[in-house]
Amino acid sequence: MRYLDDSVLFSLRLSLQVAAVSTVLVAVSGIGIAYVLARKDFRGRGLLDMMVTLPLVLPPTVTGYYLVMLFGRNGLIGRYLYELTGWSIMFTWYAAVLASYVVALPLMIKTARAAIESVDPNLVNASYSLGHSEAETFFRVVLPLSRRGIIAGTVLSFARALGEFGATLMLAGNIPGRTDTMPIAIYTLTSSGEWTAANFMVLLLTLVSGFFIYTTNRARAV
Amino acid sequence: MGLTVDLQKEVKGFTLDVSWRAEDGITVLFGYSGSGKSMTLQMIAGLMRPDSGSIRLNGGVLFDGSHGVDIPPQRRPLGYVFQDLALFPHMTVRENILYGAGRLCRDERRVRAEELIRLFRLGGIEGSLPSEISGGQRQRVALARALIRRPEALLLDEPFSALDNPIRVEMRRLLSRIREDFGIPIVLVTHDIIEACTLADRIVVYAGGRVRQAGPPGEVLGNPAGPDVEMLVSAAGTAGLQLPAGLHLN
Repeated sequence: MRYLDDSVLFSLRLSLQVAAVSTVLVAVSGIGIAYVLARKDFRGRGLLDMMVTLPLVLPPTVTGYYLVMLFGRNGLIGRYLYELTGWSIMFTWYAAVLASYVVALPLMIKTARAAIESVDPNLVNASYSLGHSEAETFFRVVLPLSRRGIIAGTVLSFARALGEFGATLMLAGNIPGRTDTMPIAIYTLTSSGEWTAANFMVLLLTLVSGFFIYTTNRARAV
Repeated sequence: MGLTVDLQKEVKGFTLDVSWRAEDGITVLFGYSGSGKSMTLQMIAGLMRPDSGSIRLNGGVLFDGSHGVDIPPQRRPLGYVFQDLALFPHMTVRENILYGAGRLCRDERRVRAEELIRLFRLGGIEGSLPSEISGGQRQRVALARALIRRPEALLLDEPFSALDNPIRVEMRRLLSRIREDFGIPIVLVTHDIIEACTLADRIVVYAGGRVRQAGPPGEVLGNPAGPDVEMLVSAAGTAGLQLPAGLHLN
């Protein structure tokens, strides 16, 4: 196939890689945060809830802007990282992972939290009174019973990460052969009028996203 | 020995202030819904924290407000059967029962599980999910799960309220059997006076978050502490309940 040249393949692979890594991070931390928000009462709970929901409603460019302020070479955290190691996350594929992570996290938290909240609190109490610790109860009762919601959240996060554009552009830039994920490559191709290649990439991205959602919906229905 | 309870708790305008004692055998906490019976059980199990008071079981302290002792629910040697049973829907009957056996060693768990499956006539459905078995069977699974780790007391929150009458009779018989076999204090919450009288060695009458009267069923029925208790237990008379010789309802 003549469209499957190196740059298209690179973008496809990079996109899948970024989405996969960020989804793993989103799943692990998102389930943890969702559990804490669903079951714990503490000072600052409302604030945490708001902060992890914000990326859902803010334009990705604004989320990206905050991330640059935090992790940029002169950023609040990035500055020290650069001083210590001479390395900055900016314009690397890690930056694309970070951007996808932050943007996809709210989807995971919202879905997983609803699922965890729907687990009958009596089952949790029963587990405690049968001698099981909170951690054991989480893994043997709460997690299996909120499995569906967590799977749904993971797939949504993956699809969102795969399609992430705005924050990624701010943080990772548009460096051909390094940080041009599919959405960014599509933007570049469109701006320079390369319609044939753009069409192909758009179709590919749609098919890949559609495939993941379709297979997961089927898996959940069984 | 036995279970000694002395609890105070205030929640949303409701004040609970109760004190009673349960020996081996069946102690029934009896009263209208909302009189604080289930709340008492939750506090004994460590699932709700009392404002003050103490809970002692066989000489051990489970809770003591004035000394800051509050043993977590995991380490209270109790069996607790919830009102809705709280069976784990994703585990089979056997897995549900074994889930209660955490502290026992592996062989003992297996042996105990088989024993209880036999005692509660659950043979043949060990591999079924709770959603696939009858209400009476679910009830027996919940009891087996609560008893597998040899608790020092058994707490039952309205355990038979969702069952049809013939099964209730069967469950009462089973409970008498548990009473004989296990020799531990059994605390049963109910708002059904018939159930209270047929099962209880001792009745503790709750009203508005306080204990109005405590004693053997005959005494409570025959000699109610006041008009409110008389009202509460009057259904027993109309149901033609047999009273011990020498007692009669007013």
